[in-house]
Amino acid sequence: MSARVGIVVFPGSNCEIDCRRALDSLGADTTMVWHTEKSLPDFDLVVLPGGFAHGDYLRTGALARFSPIMDAVRAHAEAGKYLIGICNGFQVLCEAGLLPGALRKNSGLKFLCKWTELRVDETDTPFTRRAERGDVLKIPINHFEGNWYCEPDALESMRANGQIVLRYTDNPNGSLDDAAGIVNEARNVMGLMPHPERACEALLGSTDGTVLFGSVLDSVAVPVAAS
Amino acid sequence: MNYSARVDVTLKNGIADPQGQTIERALPALGYAGVGDVRVGKLIELTLDASDADEARSRVLEMCEKLLANPVIESYEVTIR
Repeated sequence: MSARVGIVVFPGSNCEIDCRRALDSLGADTTMVWHTEKSLPDFDLVVLPGGFAHGDYLRTGALARFSPIMDAVRAHAEAGKYLIGICNGFQVLCEAGLLPGALRKNSGLKFLCKWTELRVDETDTPFTRRAERGDVLKIPINHFEGNWYCEPDALESMRANGQIVLRYTDNPNGSLDDAAGIVNEARNVMGLMPHPERACEALLGSTDGTVLFGSVLDSVAVPVAAS
Repeated sequence: MNYSARVDVTLKNGIADPQGQTIERALPALGYAGVGDVRVGKLIELTLDASDADEARSRVLEMCEKLLANPVIESYEVTIR
């Protein structure tokens, strides 16, 4: 049976169609969910796509966190089901407290739209199980606020728990510990700044995004054993 | 009573402020020597009803924690008038 995937659309989201196309091509059964909904059907995976939810007013992700759908998104994550936030979706998850830290302006104060290389440093997550530790994935970034930060104590425990999953090989934005993608402590919620949905077709220059999406769809079929 | 509140939000000490650094580098070029510690923040103004200034302050502080600032990277200062 296909994995049931919900893609949440906020006013200002702009990567939802790319996410749908990439996930559909991998055999998922995707549904778009408008942010004013108050409940989610029984999805295996929920995706918060990139864009500029609510115009990114005040701070990126700050207002999307209060969209009516977010209580259901939180309940979905708390039930141990998979949740992934890409770019602006990552910013929303940090603002919502579903992932640690915050995303600051890029250290060079430039909007960055380019290919990056990401080293997979943790493979015992539902999102990276198709990779080998040390694999380098070519996936593009497209953001102004991707400079992830968290407090030193939190970073220490995240490193100890193996929650910094993807690291830039050449840090483009000043992100702490070169972090490009992280997971929560329970490892069912991932946030990343790069856009795997833009790297799922050879024509676009890379198919490495399928490693991440494919991993989580595999995990729906056969959950990762608790380590 | 209706109170006016002013909230100054800045990046916490120790959090790099690339905008402030850029301004700091630009000022000497205009002839302003000896300028340091430039920090860029946000100013939020609002009015609210409250029974007294203390209540107004505590409500605005709560707004800061929940929405107006991100306590992971930002600090804030509330002024009630």
